[in-house]
Formats: sequence, C-alpha cells, structure tokens
Amino acid sequence: MAASANDMSIKASTDALMKVQRPPVKRSYAQYIRWLILFVGGVIMIMPIAYMLSASFKYPFEIYNLNLIPEEPTIENYTYVLEDGRFYQWFINSMVIATLTTISNVLFDSLVGYTLCKYRFPGRIFVFIAILSTLMIPTEMLIIPWYLMSKSFGWLDSYWGIMFPGLMTAFGTFLMKQFFETVPDDFIEAARIDGLNELQIWWTVAMPLVKPALAALAIFVFLGNWTAFIWPLIVTNDPLLYTLPVGLTTFSVEQQVEWELIMTGAALATIPTLIVFLVFQRYIIRGVVMAGLKG
Amino acid sequence: MFKNLTIAQKQIVWAWAFLALPVVFYVVIRFYPTGNAILLAFQDWNLLGARTWAGLDNFKKLVADPVFWIVFKNTFVYLLIGTPLSLLLAFLVAYHLDRVRFMHSFIRALYFLPFLTSAVAMAWVWRWFYQPVPIGLFNNFLASLGIAQISFLNSTSNALPSILAPAIWAGLGFQIIIFMAGLRSIPQTYYEAARIDGVSSWTVLTEITIPLLKPTIVFLVVFSSIGFLRIFDHVFNMTTNNPGGPLNSTKPMVLMIYDTAFNGYDMGYAAAQTVVLFTVLLLVSLLQLFLMRNR
Repeated sequence: MAASANDMSIKASTDALMKVQRPPVKRSYAQYIRWLILFVGGVIMIMPIAYMLSASFKYPFEIYNLNLIPEEPTIENYTYVLEDGRFYQWFINSMVIATLTTISNVLFDSLVGYTLCKYRFPGRIFVFIAILSTLMIPTEMLIIPWYLMSKSFGWLDSYWGIMFPGLMTAFGTFLMKQFFETVPDDFIEAARIDGLNELQIWWTVAMPLVKPALAALAIFVFLGNWTAFIWPLIVTNDPLLYTLPVGLTTFSVEQQVEWELIMTGAALATIPTLIVFLVFQRYIIRGVVMAGLKG
Repeated sequence: MFKNLTIAQKQIVWAWAFLALPVVFYVVIRFYPTGNAILLAFQDWNLLGARTWAGLDNFKKLVADPVFWIVFKNTFVYLLIGTPLSLLLAFLVAYHLDRVRFMHSFIRALYFLPFLTSAVAMAWVWRWFYQPVPIGLFNNFLASLGIAQISFLNSTSNALPSILAPAIWAGLGFQIIIFMAGLRSIPQTYYEAARIDGVSSWTVLTEITIPLLKPTIVFLVVFSSIGFLRIFDHVFNMTTNNPGGPLNSTKPMVLMIYDTAFNGYDMGYAAAQTVVLFTVLLLVSLLQLFLMRNR
C-alpha cells in the first residue's frame, strides 16, 4: 500500500490538523465576509438536525410552522414513543452489537495486522494478498450467501447473525498493519530477551504504542455498525431483535403521517451520537482522518 | 514439545497460531460466500426447490430486462451528479475554512456533524421536508415566499435529485475533513515562494494547491464513487410506499438486488446482479490504482 514517505506526510497532516500552527491571517474586509459565509453555510448544514429536534418537542398543530423554537414545548412525543419500550430494546440491541463488533475488530484486526507486520513466516505474502483481495468484494455481493448460511445454521434473528459478517475487516487489518510499522523491532526484541512470550509482547508492548490507531479503528467500526442498515434488515424478522435503524424504519412506516412522532424516533436514534461527538470531538475527527487516509 | 525448536521456528508456530481463527473467518465468511454468489449467478433457485444449472440465462435475462437498464442508468446518475458536486462543495468549504481562525473548530463541527448521523433517521427527516403544503418545510417555505409548490418525491424527474441531496449532505463533513488534512500537508514553503514571486492567488490554487492535492482528490473520488454506487439506505427509506419509485425512477442497483432476492426470491437472478455490481466496483477501484500510479 502506501510507501513510508507517504506515511510520514499522512502522520504530519493528521498532527497538523490538531495543532493549528499556521501563519496568521491578516484581518481584512474579505476575511470577515469569508467567515460569515462559512458560518451561514455551517448553520444550514445542521438545519435538518435542528428541525428534527425542534419537531420532536412540538405538538402536532405546531409542527408545520417554520419556527425553530417551539411556542409550546412538550415532551409528550417522547413519552408516547418510549411508552411501549421498543426503542429501549432497539437501543440496547444496537449498543450491544456495535460494542461487541468493535471489540472483536480491535482485537483481531490488530492481531492479524501485527502478525503480518512483525513476523516472517512461510505463507505471509499469500495471507496478506488474500485478505487484501477481500477489500474488493462488496457487502452486497455477500448478503445473499450470508443469508443462506444464516438460514441453514439457524442464525436468523440472533445477535450472532447480525454481527458475524463484520467481526473482522480487511480495512481494519491494513490500518493496524500500517501503524505497527511505526513500532521499532528493537522494542519487540528487548521484550523477547526479557522472557515475555509472543502473546504478552503483542498485548503489553506493541498494543499500547498504537493506541491512537486503535481509537481510530474503534470509532470507525462502531459508527459503521451503529448506522448499519441493509444486513440487519435482512437477517432480522423479530421486532425484538431489530437494531435502531431497522426499528426506526418500521416505526416510521407505522406512523405514516404523524411526522412529530417520526421526528422523535429519528431524534432518539441521533441524540446519543450527538452527545458522544460533543464530548470526544477532537478524537473523533482525528480518528476519522487517520482511518480515512490510511485505510 | 516446542523446547527443541529454533527461535525462528517458534515464531512461525506463533504466527500461525495468531492467524488460525482469522484465516477460518476469512475463508468461511468472505471467500466461500464469494464463490457461492458467483456460482449462484449461473443457477436458478427460488430458495425452496433444487438449485438448477442455468448457464448464462440470468445474465441474458438481465440484459433483456428494461428495468435493469433504468436501474443501471439511475446508479450512474447518482454517481455522476453526486461525486463531482460533493467534491466541489467540500473543496470550497475546506479551502476557505482552512483560512479561518476565529471559532475554527466550532464551524468545522457544524459541517462535520451530519456525517455522524444515521442515514435512516436523516432520510425520514428529509422526507418530511419534501412533503407538499401544509406538511413539508421546503414547500411551506416556498409558499411563504409566494412561489409555486415543487413536487419533490412524487415526480419522476425530481425524485432522484431529492434523494441524492441528503446523501451528499451526509458525506460532506468527511470530505471536508480529509481535504483540510490534505491542504495542511502541503509545505508552507511553496506558498512563501509563490508570495515572493508575487503570483495571484488563483495561480497558486491551480498551480500549487490542486496538483499537490491529487492523492487526496483521487482517494475522495474513489471513496465517494463507491459510496454512491452502493446507495441504498436513503432510497429505501424515502420511498417505502413504493421502493425505488415513482416508476423505478430512483431505484439503484442495490435496491434491485434486495427486491429480487428478498421479495421475489429469485436468488440466481439477484446473484447475477451482484456480479454486475461487483464488476462495476472493481473497475472503479482499478481506475484508482491506475491513477495513483501516474502521480
């Protein structure tokens, strides 16, 4: 994949994105206009989210007004939507599935990436190319065979059925392999001389050195699974096992024209992500850049 | 048992021990299903009876199917409008945002936030916006200005762009962040040299910035092209009462695959469609490799 010179520039650019050390911009009339236009553009960007939240606090009679702040705010929509407990169930399903998949990816993708990076053994190139080649295969091509597999093994309508296709990814493996290149071989040799076994070396020496990359991978995998739609839609029939996006689709189709309730459902699916983003903004943006540029 | 092995031999054992489970995973969950999908493309099967050999029948049926050609065209319309438009918008924002210091990370957050939302939730929000008067926000807004209503999702010519808009909107934040990382990786010395030579800022843009951003641009073109070729969540959720409608005018390939497989149970025919999708995606990826080599 990328040459080491390229790695350096990627590292430099991710670092630079965080520490803003650029020449000062001279204050001018044009500069104020630039700021204003960007600000207005940014406000327009979050308008759909803002109107969704606003509608979720409005009574039906008010929802079609253009005002963003409800004149008579209410939480009745939320109590109505949460009443039957389905959203809690879907939230838990999504949370468990996204968390377990993330843990699996962080462990296995880094173990495979580490092995391919730090060991010399017969078959290394073959395994490397075989895993690389799976990047070319789109999920959509595999959903039919996965469905047939799940059907014959009884995996339909189970957490395992929703999770198994994503437990390891070639993308994560290569991301981690790239970052293990930055771990000096001397560290690993020194640990070997100290008598650690290979598993301990991976876990206690190599893994702590690539923590930023692990965080980047975790963010990407979690987000991907949290918003995943087509496979959970296919593999689940039992409403108790729906993930949040699949549940939201079913719920919204049921409500038909009660848009304030649909917006409340959409808000319930979005609010957790918003909170996490506001808390971890720096790490999320850095993680997305790292994963995007290296993957 | 391992006592009499050399250090190198021990490492080979460790490496394969680490890879054992992942190798099983990639064989069972990636390679076997890929083979199965390709095999199925040459067979006829409705999930109940026997899988019978069909030769090229599925592909012949596909070529003769007028819906397939509409779907094929739609998929490329999503790609050919979506990719250039989103890249242009993202570059404009990134280029100017890079020159803004005041409240920089706040404005960046405004643009980035939509990327973290789930496509399903936002598809329903936009669907609400697109409703006719007195429900939909867009038409209410137009009405308040005294402009005639626009039929967004019910018109065969407007529906596709209307569905594309939220897809572009959601991806913009990621592209902006990647563009900004690319801009920051360009050494300041180039700009200083240009300033000393007194070249115009337009020349700096076309002669320095854009050529040096080529790797970033190629990455984003391929990344977003693959995204638009696989569009599904938005279309499915915005047209639930008539998936891919009106009159198939918004149906992309993935939705046709989903329909054929999980509503029509024509597994062989659906598999043949996935093979076509795979071929298209492969060609796009190969194009990327070709473009990166000439850099």
